Amino acid sequence: MAAIALEDVRKVHAESARPALAGLSIEITDGERLAIVGPSGSGKSTVLRLIAGLDQPTRGRVRIDGVDVTDVPPESRDLAMVFQSYALYPHMTVRANLGFGLRMRGIAAADIASRVLPVADSLGLQPLLDRKPAELSGGERQRVALGRAIVRHPRAFLFDEPLSNLDPQLRGRTRTELVTLHQRLGATMIYVTHDQEEAMTLGQRIAVLREGHLEQVATPQELYDRPANRFVATFIGSPPMNLIDGAMARSALGNALAQRLANMQLSVGIRPQDVIVVSPGDGLFAATVGVVEPLGSTTIVHVRTDDGTHLIAATPGAHKARPGDSVGVRFATGRAHIFSAEGRRVEV
Amino acid sequence: MMAILRRAAIAALLLLWAAPLGWMVMASLQPESALYQADSPAGTSFNWNHYRALFAERRFWQPVLNSIVVASATTLLALLVAVPCAYAMARLQFRAKRALLAMVLAVSTFPQVSIVPSLFLILRWLGLIDTIPGLVLPYLTFATPLAVWLMTGFFRELPRDLEEAARLDGASRLRAAVEVAIPLAAPAIATTAILTFLYAWNEFLFALSFTVSPDRQTVPVAIALLQGRYQVPWGQILAAAVIASVPVAVVVLAFQRRIVKGLTTGAVKG
Repeated sequence: MAAIALEDVRKVHAESARPALAGLSIEITDGERLAIVGPSGSGKSTVLRLIAGLDQPTRGRVRIDGVDVTDVPPESRDLAMVFQSYALYPHMTVRANLGFGLRMRGIAAADIASRVLPVADSLGLQPLLDRKPAELSGGERQRVALGRAIVRHPRAFLFDEPLSNLDPQLRGRTRTELVTLHQRLGATMIYVTHDQEEAMTLGQRIAVLREGHLEQVATPQELYDRPANRFVATFIGSPPMNLIDGAMARSALGNALAQRLANMQLSVGIRPQDVIVVSPGDGLFAATVGVVEPLGSTTIVHVRTDDGTHLIAATPGAHKARPGDSVGVRFATGRAHIFSAEGRRVEV
Repeated sequence: MMAILRRAAIAALLLLWAAPLGWMVMASLQPESALYQADSPAGTSFNWNHYRALFAERRFWQPVLNSIVVASATTLLALLVAVPCAYAMARLQFRAKRALLAMVLAVSTFPQVSIVPSLFLILRWLGLIDTIPGLVLPYLTFATPLAVWLMTGFFRELPRDLEEAARLDGASRLRAAVEVAIPLAAPAIATTAILTFLYAWNEFLFALSFTVSPDRQTVPVAIALLQGRYQVPWGQILAAAVIASVPVAVVVLAFQRRIVKGLTTGAVKG
């Protein structure tokens, strides 16, 4: 078990001018499950590689349990990593793959066997122990990769988008299994993903990265309810938050609030769940229905207001709107997120 | 229809390649006089006379032995140097790596014939003229760069994830190379070994230039220098050519299984 800290870590790759990480500091407490999320190129995988020791920071320190490990090679950090590609050793059987880490640490063959078996058992890999990775399905390979990490009892688990090659159904199930595993082992886990929904389900806290900058670290609920800036606001939550500017933004705020913020350049964010489609003539704005996406539990309605703003509304259950219908739109009161011209959250 | 056409094409190609070889084997088993007859050599009596003469009278086993030793030693030494070298080229960051790799290539671009005189002087200075090491050493100057290039290309293709996973599993860089990268390189090593062996086995110019006594000749040189008193002994030359092909066939067949087997399948993704 381990607490992990990055202190003002900067990483510039030799081949690019823009830093992959521009002075990042973050602390992961012992036993925490942290999700790191961001679009591609945000530096999220770099964070993982720096913690693992596969890359060296250009500046800054990496600490595990308070000890500076910046110059410690990966084999001596006692961390386990599950790769997106699984990275199973193709010339070894499942059994040898699972036991590889123990063998590298000089553990006797008999002890390796007695530690591999229960892990293989818990992951349902027992019948596959003598197969080679090429003979396994994608889901089975994923479990071997996970088992290889678990067998070693590492100080922390690092996951680099390990579910992105699974089909959606299996992915959902494996997510739940990972959370159960975390509860059972109580180990520190860092989980990198580009999928905000996966981050929400897997992270006790989520770190949102963009272009090498840490945008916000918070619990899933906090990120959703109080996004620190426009980027986090639109990145977290599905469908993405509506952002509106100008006169429409002011009318969305209501008179009192609009007056208080009268001399500020601002934009307003409204989650689709807070956009309410009403009968024509009612509501704040008149709009025309574009695309309607029925998802069963909710219906996503795309509308275009008369001044040309595109809004997404998520209404519970079925919705009778059809493409081309004229409707009215209003917003749930007190649910507006206000952002300054620089995109920062404004508290009111 | 397509299948039939394809089979016909394959059969035609096989015939094209196998016919001269078959003819060579058959002719080597017939009396010299039969070779000069106008009609097909098939049907006349077969015997081992040429082979017997080759080994009993001409001591042809000596060049065969020389060739096996020279080609094996060249292959072994070239791989011993090239595999770690190629791994370093593909994986480690060090200064002037590109320049070094370019130089390795540049060395192997010299026309062989242009360096024979200077190599001769160096070998004479080393006292290695007319010795086995005197052949292995110059062969290595060509075989090693080739092997380094082939292996570097392969190691670059090998997914880094595998070695990185081994590192996190507690293997040092060296251990990760030995336990993961090099076993996975087996097909590439086998291919490189075959090419190196073939190069050393077939090499003629150096072997001719740097050997003096018949006891040090390799197979290609010995074949070229096979002479009769009054006529060219074609039957024996053909027999020698058959003998020269056998080790090559053995080596290729021995490594073939490893080459065909794509070891990296299943390593990453699906």
